[in-house]
Amino acid sequence: MPGPTRGFLGRRQRDPRLPPGQYDVGSDWPVLTAEPTPRIAPETWSITVDGRVESPTTWTWDEAHRLPPSEYRGDIHCVTTWSKFDTSFAGVSVDTLLEAARPTADAHFVMATSKTGYTTNLPLEHVTGGQAWVVWEFDGKPLPIEHGGPVRLLVPHLYFWKSAKWISKLTLLARDQQGFWEQNGYHDLGDPWRQQRYQGD
Amino acid sequence: MRRPLRRSVELRLDVADRIDHMPGQHYVVRLTAEDGYTAQRSYSVASAPGDPLVELFVERLDDGEVSTYLADVVEPGDELEVRGPIGGWFVWDGETPALLVAGGFGVVPFIAMIRHARDLGRLDLLRVAVSSRTLAELPYAEELVDAGALVVLTREARGIRTAGRLTAPDLVPLWEPGQTAYVCGSSSFAEAASQLLVGMGYPAADVRVERFGPSGTPA
Repeated sequence: MPGPTRGFLGRRQRDPRLPPGQYDVGSDWPVLTAEPTPRIAPETWSITVDGRVESPTTWTWDEAHRLPPSEYRGDIHCVTTWSKFDTSFAGVSVDTLLEAARPTADAHFVMATSKTGYTTNLPLEHVTGGQAWVVWEFDGKPLPIEHGGPVRLLVPHLYFWKSAKWISKLTLLARDQQGFWEQNGYHDLGDPWRQQRYQGD
Repeated sequence: MRRPLRRSVELRLDVADRIDHMPGQHYVVRLTAEDGYTAQRSYSVASAPGDPLVELFVERLDDGEVSTYLADVVEPGDELEVRGPIGGWFVWDGETPALLVAGGFGVVPFIAMIRHARDLGRLDLLRVAVSSRTLAELPYAEELVDAGALVVLTREARGIRTAGRLTAPDLVPLWEPGQTAYVCGSSSFAEAASQLLVGMGYPAADVRVERFGPSGTPA
C-alpha cells in the first residue's frame, strides 16, 4: 500500500453508508451513458426472460404493470465514485419475472441487454432473493429517459453500471460471459464495498 | 505543472513502468490521508501515447476533494498514486475517421486524439467541433484552432458568428462516411450534442458518449 499523499487531509466527516472511495452526490443524480439516449415509447417497450429457462416469457408494458408491484428504498453507488442516498424506485422484482420463466438447474448467470445493445453480466444469485428489480418509477414519478426510462434494471448492491438502462432482456446462462463494460476492463461482479471497479480488483 | 486557465491545472506526470494509453483513455488519481482515508477520481489523458509524460488536465471544482488538492496543493516533484490507462470504449484507434464533439473541458480526451493524429501525420482523419462559453475558458484553445476545429462560443461572438450553441448545420459538413462520432462534455452538453447527431440521421450505434459532472441545468 502506498503511503499518505503529502498535504492531503481528506474530508473529516464520513457517512458510514458510503462505501470506500465514494462521495455523497446529494440531491443530484449524474447521468453516465456510453451512447445517445434512446427515445422508447412505453407501448413499444417489452421485457423478455430467455436462455436457460423452461418458459421463455415476454411482458409488454401493460402486462408488466399487472405483475405484483415491488419497491426499493435505499442507496445507489456509481463506479465513477458518486453515491446517492435514500433513493426510491418502483417496478417489479426480478424474482417475479424469474418465477414465471423458471430458470433451469444449470442457469448460473444472467446477461442483461438494453434496447440500445448495451449488455452487462451478473451472477444469478445476485439478482434473486429480493436484490434486483426492473423499475419504471423514481421518487413516485416515471423514470426519466436519461436515467433509463421507461424501464431499467436496478441492482442497487452492485456498482450502477450493472443496473442496465432501457432494459429489454434478461438471458439466463450456464456460463458467465462479459458484458459491455466488463469487456472494456471493468470488474465482472462490481461490489462497491470491495471496490471491485476494474478487472483484477 | 501549468495553470493555463483559471480554475484548472495541467499536470504532467512521469509514470514508472507506464503502459501506452490509447487516446481517449483516462487515469485514476488516488489520494490517501494520514489516517488511511482515500479519495479517487478519474481524469482524461491529454497527451499522445508517444509523449514520454502523461498529461492530465484537471478542472478545479470548488467543492471537489481531489481537484482542489491537485489544483492548490500539489507541487512539482510530489509523488501521486495513479492507476491507468483505463477504458476501452471511448478510444480512437488512430486509423479510422472520427468526428469529435466537445463541450468545454470535454476537449481533453480529444487533445490526446489530435496530438496522436499529428504524430501519425493523419490529422485528416479527424473532424472537430467544440463548444465553450468563451474562448478564454476553453482548454487548449490555440491547439484546437490550429488543428482546424470549429469553435462555437455560447457567451461571446467569434468572427462573423454571434454567441450561440452548436447546431445541426454546424455538424452536417463535418459528417463523413465511416466515421465514429465521439461526444464528450457535461451531462447536459453530451445529451444535447448526441441528440443533435441522432436527429441529423447519424446512426446512434456510431456515437460514443462520455459525460461528466453534475446532471444540473445547461451552463
